[in-house]
Formats: sequence, C-alpha cells, structure tokens
Amino acid sequence: MIPHMKPSSGAHVGAKASVSHIMWQVILAISPATAFGILCFGWPALNLFIITVSSAVFFEAFCFRLSGRIATPVIMDGSALLTGWLLAMTLPPWAPWWIGVVGSGLAIILGKQVYGGLGQNLFNPAMLARVALLISFPIEMTTWPNVSPLFFSHSPDLFESWHITFAGLENSDATTGATTLGFIKTEFSQNHVLSEILKDYSGFLNFIGWTRGSLGETSTLLLVLGGVWLIRQGIIQWYIPMSLLLTVTVLASVFHLMDDQHFVSPFLHLNSGAMMCVAFFIATDYVTSPNTKAGQLVFGAGCGLLIFVIRTWGAYPEGAGFAILLMNAATPLIDHYIRPRIYGRDRKGKPLEIPKS
Amino acid sequence: MLSFFSKPRIRGGVHAEEHKAVTATQAIVNSFPLPEKLYIPLQQHVGKPAEPLIRVGDKVLKGQLLAYSQGMISAPVHAPSSGIILDVNDYPAPHPSALPIRMIVLETDGKDEWLVAPQIGDPFQLTPEDISLRVGAAGIVGLGGATFPTAVKLNMGRENHIDTLIINGSECEPYLSCDDRLMQERAEQIIDGVRLMLHGMTNSQGTNLHLPEGGRAGQPGIKTTNAVIAIEDNKLQAYLAMQAAASPFSNIKVIQIPTRYPMGWDRQLIRYVTGKEVPVGCRSSEIGVTIHNVGTAYATHKAIRHGQPLVSRVITVSGGAVARPMNVEVPLGTLISELFKFCQVNSDQIARIVMGGPMMGESLPHTGLPTVKATSGILALTASELKSTDEQPCIRCASCVSVCPAGLRPLDMANNIRINQLDVAVDIGLKDCISCGCCSYICPSNIPLVQYFKYASGEVAARQQAQHKSEQTKRLIDARNARMERIAQQQLEEEQARIAAKAERERLKAAEQEALV
Repeated sequence: MIPHMKPSSGAHVGAKASVSHIMWQVILAISPATAFGILCFGWPALNLFIITVSSAVFFEAFCFRLSGRIATPVIMDGSALLTGWLLAMTLPPWAPWWIGVVGSGLAIILGKQVYGGLGQNLFNPAMLARVALLISFPIEMTTWPNVSPLFFSHSPDLFESWHITFAGLENSDATTGATTLGFIKTEFSQNHVLSEILKDYSGFLNFIGWTRGSLGETSTLLLVLGGVWLIRQGIIQWYIPMSLLLTVTVLASVFHLMDDQHFVSPFLHLNSGAMMCVAFFIATDYVTSPNTKAGQLVFGAGCGLLIFVIRTWGAYPEGAGFAILLMNAATPLIDHYIRPRIYGRDRKGKPLEIPKS
Repeated sequence: MLSFFSKPRIRGGVHAEEHKAVTATQAIVNSFPLPEKLYIPLQQHVGKPAEPLIRVGDKVLKGQLLAYSQGMISAPVHAPSSGIILDVNDYPAPHPSALPIRMIVLETDGKDEWLVAPQIGDPFQLTPEDISLRVGAAGIVGLGGATFPTAVKLNMGRENHIDTLIINGSECEPYLSCDDRLMQERAEQIIDGVRLMLHGMTNSQGTNLHLPEGGRAGQPGIKTTNAVIAIEDNKLQAYLAMQAAASPFSNIKVIQIPTRYPMGWDRQLIRYVTGKEVPVGCRSSEIGVTIHNVGTAYATHKAIRHGQPLVSRVITVSGGAVARPMNVEVPLGTLISELFKFCQVNSDQIARIVMGGPMMGESLPHTGLPTVKATSGILALTASELKSTDEQPCIRCASCVSVCPAGLRPLDMANNIRINQLDVAVDIGLKDCISCGCCSYICPSNIPLVQYFKYASGEVAARQQAQHKSEQTKRLIDARNARMERIAQQQLEEEQARIAAKAERERLKAAEQEALV
C-alpha cells in the first residue's frame, strides 16, 4: 500500500508544451529576419540589439526583485527576452543606446509588470514602448540609416559603431535617408504622384529587406517564412495574419484601382514598413489578442483597416503600432461579444429547443 | 462542398499519446486468481445505494443477490464469487478521498460456485418490459464509467420514441483498451446484447406510459430499429470483428469515427452520428437517441441469455510502472493491490494511481481500494508520464478555448474562480463543463483547470445548500415569530375577554344583589 498521494484531478497526462517552449519557438522564428537586419545595418544595429534585449531582461529581473520573488526561473521562460527582441526589431537600427534602454523600461515596467506581469497586460509591450518612443523622441525614432552591411568598407567599423551608439550620429545626412513609406508621405505632401515618386523603387530589394527601415522589419521574405513556420509549428493560428493582410490587400486594391497615382499599391503596402512583422509576430501575441477564431478574424481585420487608414490619411507614414494598440484596447470588448456557442445552447446561452419531428 | 458549410460535427478535443498498443494486442487474461476477500460497495452506480439483505456469516453463491436496489434509480449488487459474508461495514471507497462507504466483505471459498439460474429459450419471446426488468435485476449499469442504471435507460427508451440506439465503442481515453479487446474477442455476444437492448426498448401495445415532461409520446408498437455501433478508427481489428458479427443484421450498422478525445462523450458522439445536438437540461432520449457502452451490451447479453448478473468486468491495467500490462477479467470488489500484484507493478515507480483513463480518471490515494462496476482501468503512472505540476501564469494562448468540446472559455472561468467570483463562472458556463480534461491537458502553463472547475462546482453546490438552509432557518424563525405574536394576541384577547366576562359577572352579581335588596 502506498500511503497518501496528493489527490489531483485529470488530466493526468499532458501535451508537451510549455510557456518557455512557445517563447523560444517565436524567438527562433524571428531570428533570421533579425540576423539579416543586423547584417544589413552593421555593428551599430548589433549594439542596439544587445542593449535593448539585455536591458529588457534586466528590467524584468529588477521588477521581480522589487516584488520579492525569485527572478531566475521567470527570466528563463524567455518572455522578457522576446519582448526586448521584438522591440529591438522595431527600432531604427542606429538609434542611440538610451532609446533601447528607455524602450525596454517602458515595455517591461509600464507595458507589462505594472499590469501584473506575464499574461496580464492589456497592450502589447513592444508596441507600447515603440509608440511611446516615437511620440517622445521623433528625431531619433525616424533617423533611418542607409543599408551598410557588416564588413563593407563604407560601413562603420566596430569602433565607429560604439561612437554611433553611445555618442550619437554625426553628419547624419550622408548616411541616412527616408524609408519607402516616409518618402512617399513627404512626396505626396509636395503634390507629387506615385509614378514620379516610385521611379527608383525596387520591389525586389524591399522584399528581401535591402532597404532602409527598422532593424528587423525590412525583410518581408524572412518574416513571412518565419511566420509561416510558426503557423506550421502550431504556435500561432493563421486567423490574425490572414485577416490582417487580406484586409490591407483588399482596401489597398480598391483604392489603388480607383486612383493609382495617389493610392499605394497593395503589393507595396504588404512589402514595406512593419507590416509582416506586425501581422505574424505582434498582432498574434496571445495575451493581447482575442481568444476565439471569430474574434481573432475581427481583430486582424481591425488592425488591417487601421494600418491602412493611418498609412493613407494619417500624419504618420506607418500606422502599425497605433493600429495594434487600438485593437489591443478593443480586445476585451471583442472577447465579451464574440464567444463560442456552448454545446446544447444557442448563442445567447439559452438551452436549445427540442426539435419537433 | 456543402459539408463545408454544414455544422461541424466534432468540436474541440485533443489527440493524446495513445499508449494502447501494449494492452490492445494481447488477449483478455482470464486466469486472475480468485482473491481471498472481496470488498463490494453498496453503491456502484448513480442513484440510491443498494440495501443489503444478507447477514454476516451467511453463505452465498456466485451471482446471489446481496443487496437490492432502492427507489427508481438504483441497482442491486450480487456476490462476485461464492463464500461467506464476513462483514457489512464502512471501508475506504475507490474515490480520491478514500472516505469510508458501506461495503459487503465476502470471504471466498475458492469454489466459485454459481447460483443455478433458470435458462430461457428465446429471449425475443419475452416482453420488452421483462427484458428491462431482468437487466435491472442483474445490476447492470453503464460500464463506460457513467454507471447510470441501464434498465432505467431502457425504460426511457420505451417511453420516448427512439430512432437510433448508439453503441459507444469509441474508448477515446488513452491507455484503456478493455472495450477494444471485448469487441475483438466477444463481438457476437455484444451484437446479441445490442439486439436484446433494441428488443427491450420496443414499445409494446397498450402500455400505459408515464411521460416525462417534454418527452414525446412513443407510439405503441413502434420499434427502435436502428443501432449504430461507433468505433474509433484506431481500433481496426475491433471494427472488423464487430462488422463481421453484425453483418447478418441489417438494422445494426458498425461505423468508424475519427480518433479524437473526447469522442466518447455521449453528446459529442450523438452529434457526430446523428447530427443532432442534445439541448442542455435534456436527456438524449428526448431527441430520440439512446447511447450505451459496448461493455453494457455484453453484460446485457450475459444477463439475458445466461441469467448471470454483473459480477465481473474486464479491466485494463497499464501505465509505466506496470511490468505486465494487460486486460484482465476480475470479480468486482477485487482490491487494487491484488491486481497490482498479479500485473507485477513496481510500487517504487508509481507516482500516481489512476482509476479510469488518464484524462478523466480519478487519482487514488492508495491501493487498498476495491474495483467497482465503473472501473474500466487502473493505471500506475510513473512521474515521467504525468503532466508537470509546475504552474505558470496564464498567457491567454486560448488553447483551452479551442480544445473545449463544450464550447466554454476555461481561461475566463478559471480567472473568475481564482478571484472567488463563482457566480460569474457559473454565468459563463461552469455547469456545462463535462470535466473532460482537454483544457488541463493542453495548457502550456500547467494550470489545473479541471481542478478549479470541480472545486468551484462543489463550492457553488455547498453555497446553494448553505443559502437554502439559511433561508429555511429564516422562514422558520419568521413563522415562529408570527406564531408567538399570534399566541400573544390570542392571550391578550382571552385576557380581555376574561376581564370583560369577570366585569360582566360582577355587574350581574351586583345587579342580582341589588335586586335582592
């Protein structure tokens, strides 16, 4: 006889999934795009990446110490690392060190821990930090360096990179420029039409990521591959990315067909800015997206709509961050109204009627 | 393409690692040594416990009635072997609490001598009422685990018009393979049991029917003609055996269903097979469907054809700590420790003993507990087989929402239960939870969701009871106060009347005296 085993309810067996497994799978999926971004923008990008990620982990540990809990096992679940990583991906690659540190602080402390930690936050921490940074430090957050790959003679070497990261960028006009979306926005304001604006635009270079933009957001190709892999791994569902991208495509197509000189083509929409990163990795954040399939479809469509609206008529060239935050705020509402139907009940929760026959 | 738009026939569910092959490929072992003592609980079914009619010291034969059923929903208990009654007293129940319940202890004499039962020629000449009477007298209950008295279900079948009898051979729980083996080895007997059940649900002429509210009147003489035997497609051998056995009977169809837990949930299976959904608060018979387990059909065959009551069953003994996993037929009341000895369970490796399957089964505190009619399996699981108990915060991944076959939102329910808002949990569907364990199984944060729901259900029931009690007390106090007031009022009135009478008397007396003067 074996005395006293603690009683416990089913299921006694479980699927082999854990929070840290999920986090590491996502990290794996975004690492090719990140690696490519670091390759494109050189040592300063690597500096910023390391600073952002490590300060995110530091702030997480700090908050845990503050609340008197042991930090090590929580750090190992990879969620702080992932938040820092996603934030780094959305920053301008040559941003100074304090952008990374302040961003991580905003993301981890204000975006996550004050709500009660993992799983409690209303807004996506990385997007919250990014938007806060963009509004607070518009110059640093919109200084986009030219593509200057590692180990190229024109690119900054390790020493120069420290100067860029820690002392700031000097003579920025020579090494920086506008992103595709930003360029289009400025040109529109000078009453130029798209056929003039996009003379030098290369869809292919944008597709592989050889263009100015945020650290890890430029490569549509690698982000899509990572996202599709993540869907195949069963970590994320296709509902949000599909509805988001489809909404943008449909809206952009309609407007582009009506006026192809003043409305950007759907292909360019999908191929630029934070679109793919947001669709696959930010909007699909479990914590801040709805719980049901239908809710996720609505959420994705809402994000797509807002991105398109802000990009097309808003003051900012890129609206992904704002769109995500707005839809995050709508998530509890979506979850309240879109619920699965309970077996044997109708949508309102009343028992079904016995069918007459 | 049309089917794409029609309602999905299966919702939610998980596909757990099966662990069935190790026991499903071996024949059922019949050589289990008769235990010296059997512990037979008086309640092995849903409903009222049976009432013993033997005395300590009585000699009984195998199959002899030990305790008779009480009330509408109950089932009798029979002697699983011949021997002497040692005790009728409280012993630990095969339940996670192992709290004592009433049991009959039988010391076996080793002869295993059957009580001679009269054989019947052709059971199809019996009236349907007689069939369900015999099924009830044999102590047959739903052997899939629900242990609802089968005779009651057959009666409900006669009272409502049943178009389809579903025989549940899905056995969707991992590890278990007792139904699988039963179907492989005893297919003909099961089919016979199914035919007898169909006969037992025939609505004979001229019976005066009591109709439950909302039930549909069965037309006299209408038969439940169709039986569908549903077997998960991971049990090909069982499917083939059952199909061969069912082939002479055109009204019995054997179908394969997808392997997906909880396919064996009666309502899921009903929806899959018939496309109908059982409304909340209704019995399946009200929409014209009845569902029985294959084991129950087999027990029905034995009861009607051979007059043998339910005294033994096939149990799967499996799990990582079991050196000789097997399906074994044991007398009811056998202690788990005896089973473990026979199957060479390494007690050092046991991390948890589970009665039933690993998804819905109950963990037992020790092995000194008897097997009962509901015991489909006993698992001795090692630590590596168990789900991790390292609970992490919920990340709202909503896996639990997508696997829930009942369409609930386990994460919201658990969050509300955690902050003691049980009313909200009830509002969003706590009472519709079937404890299937899919959410606990899938949760990456190892949150024991089912435990939350079971706790909350118990707590809600307790609170309702407490509230009911306090209301009752209040009503009694109010009644008492009213009564006291009434009495006081009455006394006051009587007093006044008395005073008035006295005054009257005195007045009369005075008047009399005056008159005398």
